[in-house]
Amino acid sequence: MAQLKTLFEKIWDAHLVGAQDDGTCLLYVDRHLVHDVTSPQAFEGLRMAGRTVRRPEATLAVPDHNVPTTDRSKGIEDAQSRIQVETLDKNARDFGITYFPMNDIRQGVVHIVGPEQGFTLPGMTIVCGDSHTATHGAFGSLAFGIGTSEVEHVLATQTLLQKPAKNMLIRVDGALPTGVTAKDLILAIIGKIGTAGGTGYVVEYAGQAIRDLSMEGRMTVCNMTIEGGARAGLIAPDETTFNYIKGRAMAPKGAVWEAAIAYWRTLRTDEGATYDTTVVIDAAEIEPTVTWGTSPEDTIGISGVVPDPTDARDEGKKKAMERALEYMGLTPGTPMASIAVDQVFIGSCTNGRIEDLRAAAAVAKGRKVAPAVGAMVVPGSGLVKEQAEAEGLDKIFLEAGFEWREPGCSMCLAMNADKLKPGERCASTSNRNFEGRQGRAGRTHLVGPEMAAAAAIAGHLTDIRKLDS
Amino acid sequence: MEKFTQFTGVAAPLPMINVNTDMIIPKQFLKTIRRSGLGKNLFDEMRYAVDGSEIADFVLNKAPYRKAGILIAGDNFGCGSSREHAPWAILDFGIRCVIAPSFADIFFNNCFKNGILPIKLEQDRVDALMAQAENGANATFTVELERQVITAPDGSEIPFDVDPFRKHCLLKGLDDIGLTMQKVEAIEDFEARQKSSQPWF
Ligand code: SF4
Repeated sequence: MAQLKTLFEKIWDAHLVGAQDDGTCLLYVDRHLVHDVTSPQAFEGLRMAGRTVRRPEATLAVPDHNVPTTDRSKGIEDAQSRIQVETLDKNARDFGITYFPMNDIRQGVVHIVGPEQGFTLPGMTIVCGDSHTATHGAFGSLAFGIGTSEVEHVLATQTLLQKPAKNMLIRVDGALPTGVTAKDLILAIIGKIGTAGGTGYVVEYAGQAIRDLSMEGRMTVCNMTIEGGARAGLIAPDETTFNYIKGRAMAPKGAVWEAAIAYWRTLRTDEGATYDTTVVIDAAEIEPTVTWGTSPEDTIGISGVVPDPTDARDEGKKKAMERALEYMGLTPGTPMASIAVDQVFIGSCTNGRIEDLRAAAAVAKGRKVAPAVGAMVVPGSGLVKEQAEAEGLDKIFLEAGFEWREPGCSMCLAMNADKLKPGERCASTSNRNFEGRQGRAGRTHLVGPEMAAAAAIAGHLTDIRKLDS
Repeated sequence: MEKFTQFTGVAAPLPMINVNTDMIIPKQFLKTIRRSGLGKNLFDEMRYAVDGSEIADFVLNKAPYRKAGILIAGDNFGCGSSREHAPWAILDFGIRCVIAPSFADIFFNNCFKNGILPIKLEQDRVDALMAQAENGANATFTVELERQVITAPDGSEIPFDVDPFRKHCLLKGLDDIGLTMQKVEAIEDFEARQKSSQPWF
């Protein structure tokens, strides 16, 4: 009998170029995504060594971190941001890489662009100099973030030196209750396993609640896998996956499509294969979830209160909680749903896809953003923006008092002009609530798109299930 | 890459868990297109006030630790983004070795690519070293990679584990890309096989 394998092991084994005695493997990389921030030094390294890009056609570059989300006709005002984007322009040209420049309709956040173009396909190995590369695992591909030295290694050799990870299964049984989304689910998972819970693992997500998710929802879940410490999250491909891919610009066509689908159907964990760790979650127990602190593991249901550090499990965690509460300006015992916000950000590679914007617009429709709140919607890509406008979502947002911006990373990491002022509090659909992430001394509460829209309207974090109609 | 054989330096104690890469080097410094020059902004928002003045009680601003060569920290060091600017900033500051109970995977990998040795030790060992690191100017440690031991200021020797291949590369200062380039035939074979059996790749 053939050895029983997990999905991760199948993809890994199919990409082995070689292995050393000590277990270090040379792994073939099928797709390489490149963005403005983590690539300049890699291309510089290639030039210095007189090397070329091994497979320019398997490499896709797009600027996203530094681009402005306001009028782009005047270019980028900040000199350093401009240089970094111009450097990517030049590197893509010089090395012959597929490239979507800032003013191309296909430009957007790299992890939204790959799937949207059909560049991301099941069974592939996909890397990018960005930890949220985990997103692409939603297609049943092994996708993970790498550092710039490794970016250079992949550009030059189309391979990576890696050691196999351990297998973790996260099974979510049952259906998510009404008003509970993929974002709430992944926040609850991270709250349960902790930010280091997945270190050394590749996570496979399974169970009814995962199967029921759309591709957008699955991408939201896989995207934040790195916030639980695991470099990659996987979901076995199924009809939902194939329907999403079919007809996309770079997806296979005709007879090749048929052959591809036949292969993709084999991409599932064999019955009886074992995982090193299994975590089981009951979907029915999850409620709309928010973060209260400065680590993505600091999650709590919206009906909860700010926790008390004296309840911490150990001294290290207690100190971290005290520091987080001071930074966040919060007092233990405060109901989460009473916390007033100054800003609302809807966008990022976690929640900047069309389904996210539809969900937020459904909440915003016919309502008004609270007078004291600044709210912005940043579509994940030019194509998401175009689609949203075709559906009239931009009008709904604008009428409600949201700003409607150009695509990019924006206030997810505040590298461009979009940032919080010191002390400002933001309900954000992004993925990190670290100190200073959205601007120095800015305070971030991670939420899903519906909860973000609801917070903008109520003027404070609020339970979407109780929003007045 | 600079070799790592033996290193002696003052160790700075940073008793915090979940030190993330946004703390190590905030995003405003990621706009550079070079690897060097980031040391002055290492831990920028913890190290400097908004007006640019030093925050006196941050460890790297205290006299003996201004020239620290080793960092001792809490669990899950280097979590968050993949930015290699984090190890670049650490290296540019002059730190060649980070000791913690655990590290985030991507950061851990990135260290080895830059001649930095990350050492994982059990919590009680880290606590003991952290206590000695608190001794300021007397907190000089020696890290020997060949023998895999840390010699603490009190003279005690603490053994540590390191992956043999990574150890070999660090000791010799080897460039991964050059090594992989020698395997180009195996890569070509793989590509030919994949192209005929699975053309959509
Ligand atoms: S949207 Fe945020 S998390 Fe995603 S790639 Fe951009 S900066 Fe990174």
